[in-house]
Amino acid sequence: MPDALPDALLTLAGVHTHIAQYHILQGVDLTVPRGGLTMLLGRNGAGKTTTMRTIMGLWHASAGSVTLDGRDITAAQTPDISRLGVAYVPENMAIFAGLTVRENLVLAARSGPLADDRLDWIFGLFPALKKFWALPAGNLSGGQKQMLAIARAVVEPRDLILIDEPTKGLAPAIVQALIEAVNELKATDTTILMVEQNFHMARMVGDTVAVMDDGRVVHAGAMAELAADDALQTRLLGLSMDSHQ
Amino acid sequence: MSDTSNPAAPAAIAPPPLAERLAAQLPYWIVPAMVVVGLALIGDLPAWGTLTLAGLAMGMMIFVMASGLTLVFGLMDVLNFGHGAFISVGAFVGASVMLALGGWMTAPSLWLNLAAVVAAILTAMAVTGGLGYAFERVIVRPVYGAHLKQILVTMGGLIVAEELIHLIWGPNEIPLTRPLALRGAWVFGEVAIEKYRVLAVALGAIIFLALRWALVRTKLGLLIRAGVENAEMVEALGYRVRMLFILVFVAGSALAGLGGVMWGLYEELITAQMGLNVLILVFIVVIIGGLGSVEGCFVGALMVGLMANYTGYLAPKLALGSNILLMVIVLMWRPRGLLPVGKG
Ligand SMILES: Nc1ncnc2c1ncn2[C@@H]1O[C@H](COP(=O)(O)OP(=O)(O)OP(=O)(O)O)[C@@H](O)[C@H]1O
Ligand SMILES: [Mg+2]
Repeated sequence: MPDALPDALLTLAGVHTHIAQYHILQGVDLTVPRGGLTMLLGRNGAGKTTTMRTIMGLWHASAGSVTLDGRDITAAQTPDISRLGVAYVPENMAIFAGLTVRENLVLAARSGPLADDRLDWIFGLFPALKKFWALPAGNLSGGQKQMLAIARAVVEPRDLILIDEPTKGLAPAIVQALIEAVNELKATDTTILMVEQNFHMARMVGDTVAVMDDGRVVHAGAMAELAADDALQTRLLGLSMDSHQ
Repeated sequence: MSDTSNPAAPAAIAPPPLAERLAAQLPYWIVPAMVVVGLALIGDLPAWGTLTLAGLAMGMMIFVMASGLTLVFGLMDVLNFGHGAFISVGAFVGASVMLALGGWMTAPSLWLNLAAVVAAILTAMAVTGGLGYAFERVIVRPVYGAHLKQILVTMGGLIVAEELIHLIWGPNEIPLTRPLALRGAWVFGEVAIEKYRVLAVALGAIIFLALRWALVRTKLGLLIRAGVENAEMVEALGYRVRMLFILVFVAGSALAGLGGVMWGLYEELITAQMGLNVLILVFIVVIIGGLGSVEGCFVGALMVGLMANYTGYLAPKLALGSNILLMVIVLMWRPRGLLPVGKG
């Protein structure tokens, strides 16, 4: 496992996380380079969501350290981590169903009123949000909810965005739209850590990759390297990426 | 890029079928329907008018007491039986202020009368709000996430508060006469409209509208509603749900104190147990309305008030159990209450 690179924005070193009596993360080492998109892969139950939640302070590591931009956030509280510039798009999206699309975004914009140019940019990425601006978010379709959840994370510039399985349950056409949106996001210098089961998406947007199994990172490197190595894919993920397109 | 090309998108927000829309609106029609059915069953216009006003007044007061409790539960999953203490303490503090301002209470001036009541209300709310702050820190905070402990500990808090009331105000109940201008009724032919009940209805309606406005129009209100749905996500957006919770707890305690003053003036008698007695109705209302839902709480409170008064007249023997029956019926129809908050 390589140590923190000089340009790492986020580093997890030997992170252990317990949930109740279960020992879920068993020494996770993970480096997220600044400005790129790191894919977190691994089979169901490998600990990807738990890793995200540990970074966000929603679970606390029982051992090891989480470092954000040189600052130790291992024991920090979730709101403080958020205010250090980390946005989170959880696996279940967690949009506020009783609030309108606008109100969801108003709450995400901590530092003041919604900025017009930023909104225009978001509407460009996700036109549906403009259309259903005043509708309760609970009435949106699954794909639209996902877009709202991502919009909430980018309504103001953030340093690091954690996105957990954004393509879950989405139609292929929407996945394509999402890939384009993520590519636009990457162009803004935002660092992204993304969990994904859709290998097509993973390969399209990932710069670096980490593969988890049984609560540990078992492989880390360039995305291109993994994408080109069928044998490695089969060994790490049980399946070749091509079979997932 | 565009997701509007997705053919599923427009269908997803197309208006739901009429029957479904009507079903969603149904809870709002229960109260008017009860009033109409009440008229048919009672058959006597003056009696019906008196009972309806009494029922609405009672409902509004219960709403004022219950509104904070439902948000406290919705936001942090906290079961607070100590809420009854704020009702009692509010009534006693308010009564003390009104007794001290006896001259204003009996003066033949509406304004002096109201000034005494307002002074009593503000003092009671300040005291119960402060008490709520202390109660949250000392009693509720150590038992977050443990429902059984919450019930035991907050029940304990309620008993201690009752004992403290006995210590400060003595063991006896205190009679409280309404100020001059709020005594009696306006009489139109055979229909008598009690002045105080009209005031209670008006005050309750104002509190409801103000709360609704705050929850819908202000960022703080949005945060509270979002927190009731998903507190974790509110934290992930950078806000401290604990702070929101303390605020809601204090505001809810102050409203309970206000409700206590109103209830005391309504019954014209104040006892240390009144909080616990009315707390049963308050819990029924919170459950009927849907935990965490202020609008549901409002509808539920009016239902409970009307039910108590109508059955008290039509079938006095049933009066005691009628509201429990009401709760059972509502829960069989809607297990999560009339207007549940969508937990996201
Ligand atoms: N709240 C919890 N209580 C107990 N165990 C949990 C809890 N949350 C997760 N786990 C366990 O932790 C392990 C890792 O779960 P996690 O959600 O992190 O996996 P994942 O890699 O995100 O899986 P998936 O791809 O299915 O989303 C699983 O075995 C899961 O059962
Ligand atoms: Mg997961």
